[in-house]
Amino acid sequence: MELTGEQKSIQKKYKSIEKEIKVKRILIYLALISLSIVFIFPFLWMLFTAFKPENEAMAFPPRLLPRVWDLENFGEVFQIVPFATFYKNSIIVAGLGTLGTVLSSSLVAYGFARIKATGRGVWFALLMSTLMLPPQVTMIPVYIIWSRLGFVDSLVPLIVPAFLGNSYYIFLLRQFFRTIPKEVEESAYLDGANTFQIYWKLILPMSRAAIITVTLLSFMGFWNDFMNPLIYLHSVENYTLAIGVMQFQGALTVYWGPMMAASTLMLIPLVIIFFTGQKHFVEGIATQGNKG
Amino acid sequence: MLSKKRSKLFYLFVFPWIFGFLFLTAGPMLYSLYLSFTNSSGFGTPDWVGLDNYSRMFNQDPLFWKSLGNTFFYTALSVPLSLVTGYLLAVLLNTKVKFMGVFRTIFYLPSIVPTVATSLLWMLIFQPNFGIANAILDFFGLPTSLWLLSEQMVKPTLVIMSLWGIGGGMVIYLAGLQEVPKSLYEAADMDGASTWRKFFNITVPMTSPVIFFQLIMGLIGALQVFTQAYVVSSGSGGPNYQSLFFVFYLYQQGFRYFNQGYGSAMAWILFFLVLILTGFIFNSVGKKVYYESGD
Repeated sequence: MELTGEQKSIQKKYKSIEKEIKVKRILIYLALISLSIVFIFPFLWMLFTAFKPENEAMAFPPRLLPRVWDLENFGEVFQIVPFATFYKNSIIVAGLGTLGTVLSSSLVAYGFARIKATGRGVWFALLMSTLMLPPQVTMIPVYIIWSRLGFVDSLVPLIVPAFLGNSYYIFLLRQFFRTIPKEVEESAYLDGANTFQIYWKLILPMSRAAIITVTLLSFMGFWNDFMNPLIYLHSVENYTLAIGVMQFQGALTVYWGPMMAASTLMLIPLVIIFFTGQKHFVEGIATQGNKG
Repeated sequence: MLSKKRSKLFYLFVFPWIFGFLFLTAGPMLYSLYLSFTNSSGFGTPDWVGLDNYSRMFNQDPLFWKSLGNTFFYTALSVPLSLVTGYLLAVLLNTKVKFMGVFRTIFYLPSIVPTVATSLLWMLIFQPNFGIANAILDFFGLPTSLWLLSEQMVKPTLVIMSLWGIGGGMVIYLAGLQEVPKSLYEAADMDGASTWRKFFNITVPMTSPVIFFQLIMGLIGALQVFTQAYVVSSGSGGPNYQSLFFVFYLYQQGFRYFNQGYGSAMAWILFFLVLILTGFIFNSVGKKVYYESGD
């Protein structure tokens, strides 16, 4: 009698724990799903507003879905401002800027990772210290330099510095290159390859994941950059998307529908890039925090 | 053994960065320091004015203090909030949930949206007359707000906007959480430790390097807040200078009024602020960070 009673109580306890775990699971899923809705909602609001005719975009109370799905805003985007030009400028800046960043940063990173030299430690310490430097400290003098050289109001000041490497990506790539076993390079040296060939033909292809991560991060950085275009670009035909989309906010009216259509169009390349490189991307970003 | 040839090769490889460092970082920094003691305006030769810019800043410019106060307010609110919410979100996702990848993508996606687009979108959401935020409050009979057009609410609203982007930190925390050895939790279970204790005595200390890194980066980023405020106030810093952050005011001085001397002095103040605050955090919080090995 006693024994079965004890067994029963154990069974009861076990069941209640099982129930507790189940309730916990349900609560976690409820939290995640409701948070997901909160996070997705602004995207939907942007998208649906882009398809709303003007009277609907500014109606109170607002409706989530447009009554009439209207493509007019997407046409107006190109009429109100020279949107195609903004797009072209952004593609030039982000494309060339990314190319320059990836080429120069990987080259420099390989030097820091693998070529021993006197003074390397000092330069590396300097590189790390520039990570803490707010870009605003050098903003005014760098502007003066570009203005003396006559390149203000052109895309040049936005692109050329990219070819001189980015401290942050140099650091990320250096960390990655250091994980590659040295034997790989040693055998290539024995086969008669020089250091540049090893970097270009061996190390770069072996570091695909890291290179993709830096490419994506860099492209997004250039695509989203606001302050540099704001400072350097004065004529509307030189604007990039980041400062171009602000044009829908006129002095008297705000073109909400076209503005959301333009924001959607600005976002599309980023979403495509994100989903194509997602696997490498999320892993690559995640390693950022493990610097120690 | 360091051969001369290898040394030369090193400098050949890192030449682009050293060139950039000298001409776009170190040189301009010194030039900026010089400018901060002049009345440079972009035209003619600047005159040496000594400490005038600095004394004007501290004694005669209420907007300098206003912008500094605004920046501290924003930083003090947004950094801890986004750290805690981003971390909790990662902890929630780290509970062996199904479709973890899908949730991670959903939470991460807002952080790839350009700040300009984010700001314009939230301006629409917080639009006082027909924005969805007020519509929802109105529906539940709650008091509505002017949000970004209100002196009291503009900074808190900017903080709310910034929380949409916590997914960026979340993926980093999540990676840190996944590296915590399971054996630690098993040992704690044997000792009958509560969920709460496991969280504070295992999870948090084991992920403290990641938290610390995010704290420093978040702090440096928040002190430079600019784009959101510029977009939502159409470049004015309004209403009544409530969204005029430090970098925003620096931009106005340096590039709108062409007070390059004054702007450079402000830039150096910002630099010192970042140094002092990060130094303080390294020396206080940094000492509590747990590093597994001396890597």
